[in-house]
Amino acid sequence: MKIPGWKELTPGAVILQAGNATEFKTGSWRSLKPKWKEENCIQCLFCWIYCPDMSIKVKDGKRGEFDYDFCKGCGICALECPGKKGKKAIVMEEEDK
Amino acid sequence: MGKIVAATGNEAVAEALRQINPDVCAAYPITPQTDMMQRFASFVSDGKVDTEIMLVESEHSAMSACIGASAGGGRVATATSGPGLALMWEMLYVASGMRLPIVMPVVNRSLSAPLNIHGDHSDAMGARDSGWIQLWSENAQEAYDNTIQAFRIGEHMDIRLPVMVCLDGFIISHSIERMEYLDDNVVKAFVREYKSLNPLLDVENPKSIGPLILPDLYHEYKRAQHEVMTKVKDVVLDVAEDFKKISGRSYGLFETYRLDDAEIAVVILNSAAGTAKDIVDEFREKGIKAGLLKPRLFRPFPYEEVAHALKNLKAVCIMDRADSFGGYGPLFMEVSSALYPLNDRPIMINKIYGLGGRDFMPQHAEIVLDELVEIVKTGKFKTIKEYIGVRE
Ligand code: SF4
Ligand code: SF4
Repeated sequence: MKIPGWKELTPGAVILQAGNATEFKTGSWRSLKPKWKEENCIQCLFCWIYCPDMSIKVKDGKRGEFDYDFCKGCGICALECPGKKGKKAIVMEEEDK
Repeated sequence: MGKIVAATGNEAVAEALRQINPDVCAAYPITPQTDMMQRFASFVSDGKVDTEIMLVESEHSAMSACIGASAGGGRVATATSGPGLALMWEMLYVASGMRLPIVMPVVNRSLSAPLNIHGDHSDAMGARDSGWIQLWSENAQEAYDNTIQAFRIGEHMDIRLPVMVCLDGFIISHSIERMEYLDDNVVKAFVREYKSLNPLLDVENPKSIGPLILPDLYHEYKRAQHEVMTKVKDVVLDVAEDFKKISGRSYGLFETYRLDDAEIAVVILNSAAGTAKDIVDEFREKGIKAGLLKPRLFRPFPYEEVAHALKNLKAVCIMDRADSFGGYGPLFMEVSSALYPLNDRPIMINKIYGLGGRDFMPQHAEIVLDELVEIVKTGKFKTIKEYIGVRE
């Protein structure tokens, strides 16, 4: 992406291209990485609702893998996940493990 | 053809706002602005305007609501004074950085502590660097005229910046004087239908406002903001020319009074300029070539034009109704920056007067002009910065 010069900017920093946050990958910010344990997942989609980004991919009403391009590793999904029988379906792990 | 009335400064500006009929007004009462917005609130409740008025819990919220309404696509006005302006500080920069043409009369008041509700220029001078255009007004007529012109200046498509219209607390806001109001339809035609730029409520074209901008772009946005300011002078003059056609009253970047052949002069803002003009006349009657310059557009400051107007003087006193503790007065700093590039420039002194509503008396102007006469005679001055009208 070419960074514009000062003469090329929209007045007041208004962003006119709707949804262009998809061009800004925030995954590199992560130090902890959420891991999905499908066997404990009850498909409640809490993680999808709570994720402050768009890192839980849902298809046909069911959650799939994380989108690690955008996941910042905030851990909100892991905190909110009810899991099954007291076992979380999302756990946070050190990034380099 | 208009009408002649007796009105206070607050009443006159409220009348201008009624005639302009903004879409949204979010305000919080603070002395000495309160009675302006109270009058405007009556216009709202009496159905004289279509304005959506928002009564908020603080000035920070007032400016925040104005920012939201302006970004949404409405014509927006508010007003404040002294500590109210201070509480808006964070949001002032947001309004200008987002290029929102909000118009805000500022009824100039001192800042605490000690607590004081009277007029000086500490409030607006502190907001000097906030990216707002500033117009200053000597009397109720100028405050009314500047308010009407402010909408055209700020809303100009090349500008899109917020504008403060400054008038002195109590001295102007609460004193009755002879005023000429324009007809409603004349004002309406002058300010024109409001045109928004990239409004949020245009849902067909979704957009984001107020994004995080990191070091890779922030510097560029600020450079662009300065560039817009460089275009303001021409727009102010064009709007003034149009305004003259409807009112017969002339406005420029500043007013000069008996300055053309003057050897000494004072530079002074707002209401005190009226008092000083009388004393300039008295000195002229004594055969002393005295003059006066009263800035109108303080931000952006018209450096070259001010330098040109003052360059032939032998001595000039720049008078500040605000202080920068440990520094010179804010107006002095601007005028001396304007004059510095000249090879031959007048001797410059700075007087701080009238803080916290202390009256500026004719004898104060006399003392200053007498000192300038002495400086011209001897070629020497005592001190650059001094306080006048202060008890020892
Ligand atoms: S860690 Fe945070 S950003 Fe990543 S998927 Fe979970 S909630 Fe979303
Ligand atoms: S919150 Fe946990 S249990 Fe619910 S869908 Fe997400 S991973 Fe599965």
